[in-house]
Amino acid sequence: MRYVKAFGRFWWDFIVGDDWTVAAGVAVALALVAILAHSGFNAWWLLPLAVVLLTGLSVWRQTRPG
Amino acid sequence: MTHDLLLFLATFLASGVEAVEALTIVLAVGVVRGWRSPLIGVAAAAVVLAVIVAVLGPALRLLPIDTLRLVVGALLLVFGLQWLRKAILRSSGYKPLHDEDAAFRRQREEAAQAGEEQRAGLDWYSFTVSFKGVLLEGLEVVFIVISFGSAQGRLGLAAAGAAAALVLVVVAGVLARGPLERVPENTIKFAVGLLLTSFGCFWGAEGAGATWPGDELSLLGLIAFLGGFSWLLVRALRRRRLALTPARASA
Repeated sequence: MRYVKAFGRFWWDFIVGDDWTVAAGVAVALALVAILAHSGFNAWWLLPLAVVLLTGLSVWRQTRPG
Repeated sequence: MTHDLLLFLATFLASGVEAVEALTIVLAVGVVRGWRSPLIGVAAAAVVLAVIVAVLGPALRLLPIDTLRLVVGALLLVFGLQWLRKAILRSSGYKPLHDEDAAFRRQREEAAQAGEEQRAGLDWYSFTVSFKGVLLEGLEVVFIVISFGSAQGRLGLAAAGAAAALVLVVVAGVLARGPLERVPENTIKFAVGLLLTSFGCFWGAEGAGATWPGDELSLLGLIAFLGGFSWLLVRALRRRRLALTPARASA
């Protein structure tokens, strides 16, 4: 069980890294693009916008004084 | 054509920068404790990485292209944003720049202080440090090669980009007989983060059902847009850091 946990932890750190909110934000943004696309709306601009928001927020949070 | 060129560039740069880090580890151990065990460790890690590419690469091609691009796009976005965020933090002074020479000195000291343990006729410390170093640095390259190669249907080209960089770094390392501290690693990592994130956006949106205006050309627009944003963010963070440390800024 310990090895399974360690294996899972390794891949979590490898892919997701130190800020899980970025990964969650990417998943939400992709789901929105898919929902909008299935409703006939071409939301190609949504992902770049999400990248800007998620990166900005994550970096700003990490560099917040105190 | 644009895609192929950028794909080659992304795997070449990612492989190059990871190979430089792996080379530092192997060199530090080899110089202090001898070459046989670390080189066997390198060979063992290379075999594991080759098996991962050989198994996962063709297996991913069995997925429908839209599903594959959605999965690969999501993974590349999450993974690429890690690289990009770290590069932004380094460039703005919030995270120390990677110093290959300092890493080499640290690894060498650790290798000198480590105890002697023989297993299977190998210096176990040298073998495991080299094996782990090459495997961990190589895993990032393998991840990028497989995701780029499968989403674009150009696994061979992606692997060629990575292999070319690896050969270049090994030859340069042998000629220099030391760590390649003059390679602009931090700049390259910034470029790789930008490429991974841009490709992730492109394939992720396509996989989710969106279509890009201008098709392939929009990838260049994405790189320019995200590059411009990152540059502005670095400037803003630098200003904030300097404003918070007025004494250091005026010194």
